[in-house]
Amino acid sequence: MAADLWTALFIAILAAFTGYEVISRVPVLLHTPLMSGSNFIHGIVLVGAIVALGVATTPLEQAVGLAAVIMGAMNVTGGYAVTVRILAMFDRSKRRGGGS
Amino acid sequence: MSAWVGTVIDAVYVVAVLVFILGLKAMSSPETARRGIVYAGGAMLAAVVAILFSPGISNFALIAVGVIVGGGIGWYWARVVQMTAMPQMVAIFNGMGGGAAAAIAGVVLLSSLTNSADTGLSLAGAVIGSTSIAGSVIAFLKLQGWMRQKPVVLPARQPVNLAVLAFGVGFGVYAAATVQPFYLLPFFVLLLLYGILLTLPIGGADMPVIISLFNALTGIAVALDGFALVNGPLGDAGYAMVIAGVLVGAAGSLLTVLMARAMNRSIGNVIFGAFGAAEETGVEVTGSLKPIDVDDAASMMEYANQVIVAPGYGMAVAQAQQRVKELADVLESKGVPVKFAIHPVAGRMPGHMNVLLAEAGIDYDKLLDRDEANPEFAHTDVVLVIGANDVVNPAARRVGSPLQGMPILDVDQAKNVIVIKRGQGKGFAGIENDLFYKDNCRMLYGDAQQVVGKLVQSLKRAA
Repeated sequence: MAADLWTALFIAILAAFTGYEVISRVPVLLHTPLMSGSNFIHGIVLVGAIVALGVATTPLEQAVGLAAVIMGAMNVTGGYAVTVRILAMFDRSKRRGGGS
Repeated sequence: MSAWVGTVIDAVYVVAVLVFILGLKAMSSPETARRGIVYAGGAMLAAVVAILFSPGISNFALIAVGVIVGGGIGWYWARVVQMTAMPQMVAIFNGMGGGAAAAIAGVVLLSSLTNSADTGLSLAGAVIGSTSIAGSVIAFLKLQGWMRQKPVVLPARQPVNLAVLAFGVGFGVYAAATVQPFYLLPFFVLLLLYGILLTLPIGGADMPVIISLFNALTGIAVALDGFALVNGPLGDAGYAMVIAGVLVGAAGSLLTVLMARAMNRSIGNVIFGAFGAAEETGVEVTGSLKPIDVDDAASMMEYANQVIVAPGYGMAVAQAQQRVKELADVLESKGVPVKFAIHPVAGRMPGHMNVLLAEAGIDYDKLLDRDEANPEFAHTDVVLVIGANDVVNPAARRVGSPLQGMPILDVDQAKNVIVIKRGQGKGFAGIENDLFYKDNCRMLYGDAQQVVGKLVQSLKRAA
């Protein structure tokens, strides 16, 4: 196992505790946006998909890589748009002007 | 490619990761949450642009096609969909992330299949990603109503599921050990099948748990892909994926545990229990169902010291939230305070009711969670239950009931309970609701949107 993997493992452990600490403070009220927001955050998978497609050589690799990029891009944009829409509903300042 | 370009790209990833964490932190208050996610969006855009400038990337035309097609569909779909369809949207976009993670692992496995730790990580990413996309698609179909929400229970499903998983993983390990990419095909096919089989027996009311679980799984799959990438030439993108994936894994796991705990069931019981498939037998509920008409219900509320509304999935189905807001407004104009009691698993995803009521424009200060609401019921004149069933069923206090031990909203302790319900059917769990037979409970039958609309009119007429 290469040194980089060990580094990544250290990072993963720290990220898990950071994630737990940060997220356990989220109120029940915002559980849906928390879920769809974290859904958006794992859209970073698009970056990995671009790497996979970017280094793909055979037609099969390119086809699978393209599928990865399409799905990753859907994840990012859809996750973002859904979260922003949901959070807009919790925005008091906006509602006061707009009625209903 | 000069050295400083690489430094800038790495710096972008460091900043992106920081902004992701701060974005999630901003979720701790509705005042800051929106800003947090917008900043996270900017960081995501920067990360995607940065990878395009990284050395060794080619196939730009295909990348552009993929980003435009996938991004366009995701954006358009998320913008036009009704708010009531949010649970299935969350499920499907999460599934897409899992699918992307599985496909990335697929490319890595196809291009560099070896008998090594890296290949093992990619295999693990593929296993979890495939399960997540297949399961999320089934969850989507169930929530969208394109597939029945009741659990689909196949004979001998535990051993069959286990065998599918074991053979699937076996093919993957065999492909790696013997370096024969062909065996990746049955590997992926069986794992997708596993995701489908895993989700089929899970019914509608358990969706909050399963959606959170798949969210966590996708995060973990992304992190595993990141692990597999850190040894490559573009390793720093891998670190960003590890951190983001693990953050999501933690968020999803926490929500999964909270949701399961809210039903007093283990995660294993939710996933493997096929809850709601069987009906309780042998228990006689005594008493009768006592209907009430709209005008009587309206005047009961008009003279109440306060009204607490307990909404459930039925309110979402009937899209009654706007009418409910009108009802709250007219009652408050008559000096009757209105609050809302929200059970953590009411609806089909964590926080579902909060989102619907916020959409209708109800101030979130009026939303009480279960622990805040329960002490209030005893001194409340009227509780209005709209389309909720199992989460208000006092059978949960009875030993031997399938709901036994589930922490419920104690609405039966209010002086009067009015239940708006479509018909005389049972709740999702297939259990008679003891509440409906209690002396202080009245049934108001009909579509929630129409019935609440009539209540509003009746109250306005009385003014």
